[in-house]
Amino acid sequence: MRLISAYLIGLIFGIGISISGMANPAKVLNFFDVAGAWDPSLMFVMGGALAVTFAGYRLVLRRPAPLIERSFQIPAGRSIDLRLIGGSAVFGVGWGIAGFCPGGALPALGTGRSEVLIFTAAMIAGIFAAKGLLRMARPKEPPLEGATRA
Amino acid sequence: METEFTPFASLGGGAVIGLAAVLLMAFHGRIFGATGILSGILSPAGIWDWSWRAAVLAGMVSGPLAYLAVTGGMPDIAVPVSTPMLVIGGFVVGIGVTFGSGCTSGHGVCGNARLSPRSIAATLTFMLTTGVTVYLVRHVFGA
Repeated sequence: MRLISAYLIGLIFGIGISISGMANPAKVLNFFDVAGAWDPSLMFVMGGALAVTFAGYRLVLRRPAPLIERSFQIPAGRSIDLRLIGGSAVFGVGWGIAGFCPGGALPALGTGRSEVLIFTAAMIAGIFAAKGLLRMARPKEPPLEGATRA
Repeated sequence: METEFTPFASLGGGAVIGLAAVLLMAFHGRIFGATGILSGILSPAGIWDWSWRAAVLAGMVSGPLAYLAVTGGMPDIAVPVSTPMLVIGGFVVGIGVTFGSGCTSGHGVCGNARLSPRSIAATLTFMLTTGVTVYLVRHVFGA
């Protein structure tokens, strides 16, 4: 039941990405290319997604708990630190170079296109490299029980 | 390369993305962040935690096939970027989203929808650096 619902929700996301154009680097890069072949479509993707999520979260988070799991796992961090801003800045540089973001690329794997596979493999290498760096930066810290990532 | 302006498909697709984010919170109590879901699959914290993430990922990958079944064609993917740039960009994205704890879905959709100051700051930051990067690649260093 839990896995079926997770699968179906992932499927809905993947369909949304497929319809929206978010999986298409040409459209993504043109959204940012205001000085060139500007295509404002992605503004509409963000607008549609935010409107539904903003309203939906307000309904859902009124409940004491989610329907399947015991509790809501909401990131609790509030600090706007160098790690958040630096990481986000670096992500933007990569997004601007390749035109794929993780949410666009993972569903696009289903098309079987080699470009998506290449990007995703490189992204996974980057994730492991960053996790390695983070581990080296704080080798002695014991893992926090039940901690959620921000 | 010109692309067609698709306001209705993009708005509708965006709404469907939002629906998935709301349903994941309603049923599983989780933020729909592609970065977090993928990270959790790569570094599993137990089979229980791993399994729902793997199921979401399997669903995501099935998205284009459902699209194919309904429309008769795969979603348009045109990559105006060379293979080395895909590799560099992918690696840089992987580093950035790990340090920044999120991407367009986690911060951009879910975090902004709950008005998280961290997510708003993260989103403004990556939108800015993406724009600057595209400008530099296309109009300063590029063709």
